[in-house]
Amino acid sequence: MTRDEIFSKIRDVLVDALAVDEEDVKPQSRLTTDLGAESIDFLDIVFKLEQQFGFKIAQGELFPENVAQDPEYVKDGKVTPKGITALKARLPHADFSKFESDPQISKVAEVFTVDALVTFVERKLASK
Amino acid sequence: MRWMWIDRVVELQPRQKLVAVKHVSLAEDHLHDHFPATATGPAIPVMPASLIVEGCAQTAGILVGHAEEFREKVILAKVGRFELSRDAFPGQTLRYTATILQMDRIGAATSCTIELIDHESSGEKVRAAQVGAIDLMFSHLDNNMSGEKFPDHNFVFGESFKTLLRSSGVGGPW
Repeated sequence: MTRDEIFSKIRDVLVDALAVDEEDVKPQSRLTTDLGAESIDFLDIVFKLEQQFGFKIAQGELFPENVAQDPEYVKDGKVTPKGITALKARLPHADFSKFESDPQISKVAEVFTVDALVTFVERKLASK
Repeated sequence: MRWMWIDRVVELQPRQKLVAVKHVSLAEDHLHDHFPATATGPAIPVMPASLIVEGCAQTAGILVGHAEEFREKVILAKVGRFELSRDAFPGQTLRYTATILQMDRIGAATSCTIELIDHESSGEKVRAAQVGAIDLMFSHLDNNMSGEKFPDHNFVFGESFKTLLRSSGVGGPW
């Protein structure tokens, strides 16, 4: 499956899960800030991706969990360098380069773009 | 006291499907306000669609809760697609059939179909027709993605739910 084909299927998933217009879903769109995703939507997206692509997504594999609760990873509302290293290792599909310049925990969800989902699915399909 | 919007559980296949019924009665106060007579027309008592959504949520919520023997606090987190093509009038029965589509530690995705059963006056014919469907997502509150903590007491499945299950013949440790 090409990257364009994966994008097209992910766009369908997001239109369904987030009730957004097809033209609003662009590769650089952030799930939260641009497409209005809230926490339960992340679980909805995981379920719908599993159905769409026929693979199982382990908990925390696509989106991180409980990062804010770990004092080693978050200090004074910011993700520590150790936390960023851990997030990068756990979430290789996300691009943290912009986040690293201002690593506020409240903004960590912004690394989840449509493009990050495409990369995630591409990697999953390649490893099947 | 919890407002129950289903009267009886009539079928349960654990972790898969739960069927419940709701009898629409003119004795329910809200029907007299939904919709009352106006200067230009008579009263039209119909079951509010929002309460049909709640009935579906209770049906699917019990199914999800039952899967873990009601240890999880199961909270309605998202209403997806909802379609309803006909009104339910007093004397008719709504039948909700909830199924679990996917479930994990964090929550569950479910769907629920809505049928309207029309009891004809002769009592010989009962007609049932699907009149709606809804997608509902539930969160297991103690496993929420933010890690937020909640009281130990399971405030979701209280005495009203237990009474409903007992009177429906659904046994268990709860």
